[in-house]
Amino acid sequence: MKISSIGAPVALFAAAALTLSACAANETANPGTGASGTAAASTLAGKGASSMSAAQQKWIADYQAAHSGVTINYSPDGSGAGREAFISGAVQYAGSDRPFKDEELGKDKFGECTAESNALNLPIYVSPIAVIFNVDGVEELKLDPDTLAGIFAGTITKWNDPKIAATNDGVTLPDASITAVHRSDDSGTTNNFTDYLNQAAPKVWTEAASDTFPTAFGGEAAKGTSAVVDAVTTGKNTIGYADASAAKDLGHAQLKVGEQWLSPTAEAAAKIVDDSEVLPGRAEHDLALKLNRVSKDAYPAVLVSYALVCEIYKDANDAALVKGFIGYAASAEGQKAAAEAAGSAPLSSTMSAKVAAAIDSIK
Amino acid sequence: MTALSTTTDKVNPLTAGQLPAYVTWAALAGALIVGGLLDTTLLSGFDPGTTAFAAAVIYLPVIYLLSRAVEGRRRAADRLATNLVAGAFLLALLPLISLLWETLSTGLPRFDAKFFSWSMRNVIGAGGGAIHALYGTLIVTGIATLISVPIGLMTAIYLVEYGRGALARGITFFVDVMTGIPSIVAGLFAYALMAIVFGPGTINGLAGSLALSVLMIPIVVRATEELLRIVPNELREASYALGVPKWRTIISVVLPTSISGIVSGVILAIARIIGETAPLMIAAGFTNSINTNPFANPMMTLPVYVYDQYAHPGVQREFYTERAWAGALTLIVLVMVLNLIGRFIAQRFAPKTGR
Amino acid sequence: MTSVTQSTREVTPTPTPEHPVNKARERIGDRVFSGLATGSGVTILLILAMVAGFLLVQAFPALATSPAELEAKGYGQFWSWILPFAWGTVYASFWALLMAVPVAIGIALFISHYAPRRLASSLGYVIDLLAAVPSVVFGLWGSMVLAPAVQPLYLWLNTYLGWIPFFSGQPSGTGRTLLTASIVLAVMILPIITSLSREVFLQTPVLHQEAALALGATRWEMIKMAVLPFGRAGIVSSVMLGLGRALGETMAVAMVLSGAPVITLEILTSQNPNTIAAVIAQNFPEAYGLKTNQLIAGGLTLFVITLVVNSIARLIVSRYKEFSGAN
Repeated sequence: MKISSIGAPVALFAAAALTLSACAANETANPGTGASGTAAASTLAGKGASSMSAAQQKWIADYQAAHSGVTINYSPDGSGAGREAFISGAVQYAGSDRPFKDEELGKDKFGECTAESNALNLPIYVSPIAVIFNVDGVEELKLDPDTLAGIFAGTITKWNDPKIAATNDGVTLPDASITAVHRSDDSGTTNNFTDYLNQAAPKVWTEAASDTFPTAFGGEAAKGTSAVVDAVTTGKNTIGYADASAAKDLGHAQLKVGEQWLSPTAEAAAKIVDDSEVLPGRAEHDLALKLNRVSKDAYPAVLVSYALVCEIYKDANDAALVKGFIGYAASAEGQKAAAEAAGSAPLSSTMSAKVAAAIDSIK
Repeated sequence: MTALSTTTDKVNPLTAGQLPAYVTWAALAGALIVGGLLDTTLLSGFDPGTTAFAAAVIYLPVIYLLSRAVEGRRRAADRLATNLVAGAFLLALLPLISLLWETLSTGLPRFDAKFFSWSMRNVIGAGGGAIHALYGTLIVTGIATLISVPIGLMTAIYLVEYGRGALARGITFFVDVMTGIPSIVAGLFAYALMAIVFGPGTINGLAGSLALSVLMIPIVVRATEELLRIVPNELREASYALGVPKWRTIISVVLPTSISGIVSGVILAIARIIGETAPLMIAAGFTNSINTNPFANPMMTLPVYVYDQYAHPGVQREFYTERAWAGALTLIVLVMVLNLIGRFIAQRFAPKTGR
Repeated sequence: MTSVTQSTREVTPTPTPEHPVNKARERIGDRVFSGLATGSGVTILLILAMVAGFLLVQAFPALATSPAELEAKGYGQFWSWILPFAWGTVYASFWALLMAVPVAIGIALFISHYAPRRLASSLGYVIDLLAAVPSVVFGLWGSMVLAPAVQPLYLWLNTYLGWIPFFSGQPSGTGRTLLTASIVLAVMILPIITSLSREVFLQTPVLHQEAALALGATRWEMIKMAVLPFGRAGIVSSVMLGLGRALGETMAVAMVLSGAPVITLEILTSQNPNTIAAVIAQNFPEAYGLKTNQLIAGGLTLFVITLVVNSIARLIVSRYKEFSGAN
């Protein structure tokens, strides 16, 4: 062999990478492909909550199909990363599982907005959080707030605990330990779930709502929605919480609201958005909600995700794209598409109209 | 050696009697039956794994006691050791078989043409493929190889041909240190480097290549150094005697002699790093589309693709899981092919001189 | 060999009357080439210095920010944050070694001294297959196949052997415990330990082995007397290599283990100490701001831990080296 063959494997790789013109059967060779090139005016960058990543993908696919030449990139890096990127101006919109707090808002605080512009919080994604379980011989489960809080706080440790049995007549509960699975990472799902427990069972659930599951309560931690669902599915006598759409094959517990038992359905989840009040003291079109988790007929454990956008964009092109894209996402059509692809709860027509009005005001 | 050691199994007429061969098999079969019965009756129904375990637990003491009674303590200990050693091997096969079986059975359905021609752009649920990840892996690994091989090779040449004193000792020591760098730390290094040089949050294919290079360089140095050292000195001396300068001697005598080993070492090094996930996840990031530009924007790679499909499934999990396993299968095949090529080159083109 | 190359170096510049100009060119070539070689070696030192340096720079904000501010942002103080994970890293590796070392040495002996010669190398290749499996695939397998499969065994261990501190506590229903992660780690380091120890066992002088057999030793006694003492240094160094891999292994643990920031001896419960590498992998993609710095500082800690382990390993090996012929 000759010395030149040192380069053989190298050349092989280089040749493979260079000579094959990169293409995929489902990708057109337009310049925006795969790259969030900032130069192209028809490119929109978003970042944020992973909870609505499936919905965003669907919206993006639909919107890109309808508007050729437009490329939208949404990186599901998490709400916090999304908010930070929006503040720094790295992205034109962000997805977040909570609205900006009062102290985070203000004029001239956001990179892509003009100096006199504030940010808007628009609810575009509503998803019920299901309490999922996988227990030998149990098909249906009813849990009142105190019991549910007790299970996740580690004070109820056996499935045949009298407190669980009290609300589940006729169900044979096994004499087995409960494994309560929660999210190990920061997440809006945890925030909304713990907010519900704190509002509905304040005596048992003494910790305030937070993105991180309180470590003092123990339980088993899993990274991300999928790992929670996985752990509950493959485990035995497990319980957990996750977006209802991500866990269709598992049993969903019914939660007690007032005297009612409610399942995590889309209608019951959308109801809470209508029954909640908009946070006071904000910009005219801001729709940040104070969720009311004890409303009649409304499933209480619900995740509401917001699109964070500018009132006035520095770049008119950006404004037009955001209006078009977020407008589609919030429309009845877009909400229906998300419901099919991601299993979210479509916004009611009243809320959808409010969001549409807010989007119209964007400049 | 083996021929000699087998003689210990033969009957030795001078010592006590030996257990006939059928006793071993009878004990094994008996243990299996009893284990299976125990499993079905006492525990949660028949299961091959538990049965095998129960059988092993029964078989080992039974054969030991039998042998001890008939053959004496030393032979019994020998028998026990033989069984344990063989058992260790069988035990290690369990995870391997289970893993390969799972990969093949779950991965094969999506190991199709679409998997190698589609990316994940605009794909929700069924369909989609990993072409973008394959391109990413080729580019990232290719650049890592381009960086690592010259540095690694020249360092090995330095260590063997030039190096002495504190510097050579230091480099040898630090190459060892580098071998022990956890892969995730290499990823963090590339991330930190990019953050400092190009601004925070710079994630691209080049960063991934840099991370992989940190892992690959010491492997290349180690493999090459060993091979250069076994090049016989007579060859060098002959070359010098002809008045050839040292650098030309190295290039036209030393390297060609060991070239097959070096190429195979490089290929094995590629096989070692091509499956690295953690550093690429941190340095090269995620994307659903093809990106062939290593200098801008995230680049998907095959291992990260597998993780992504597992960790971020949409509503219809089964499609994502299938793609994850298909990706896993692709990776295993890739690594195995690289390994085979490496071994083949090493054997086929082994130097005629030397060892 | 070094003496040979030194002496030849003196030969090279010997004047050759036919080509008086050539000398200089040759010397330039030599100088350039040796410069390149030395430069590459120095590059390696530079890269390592850069790894440490850049990590330090990026970790600095997390280490320098006042504890009160970190607390306010919900990150916690660095050292109290990292301690449980450092414990998890070491503890998981400990269990992995405990399981892998006896099995690996058994396999190595099986291949070197028990299996028929013709089969030995192919059997070795079968075990090497395990090394060809990328860690992310081990992660998939561990979380989807292994964890549910071993969960009943854990219940059994907990019920009947719960009095042993390791097996006490409330067993997890998912099987994604520290013991499962350690099993996966053990499988991953198995081929490393096996292949190295196998090499050493094969190098045992045949005379030693034959002498033992000639004295009437059984095969096992021969191995105890001749093979194992000879291979001790090799075993230790292979174990240390395996330990290094286990400490730094990321994806498999990140995908298999349900980790929490706790320090505990229990290995079957839902509350398992996470490992540093897994924590970084699980949180880095979604981290921003100070969290990124904190995770990089965690990486630096892991770097230091592996550095210490590797140095100790090298020390042990170099000491053993003096007494036995193995490398």
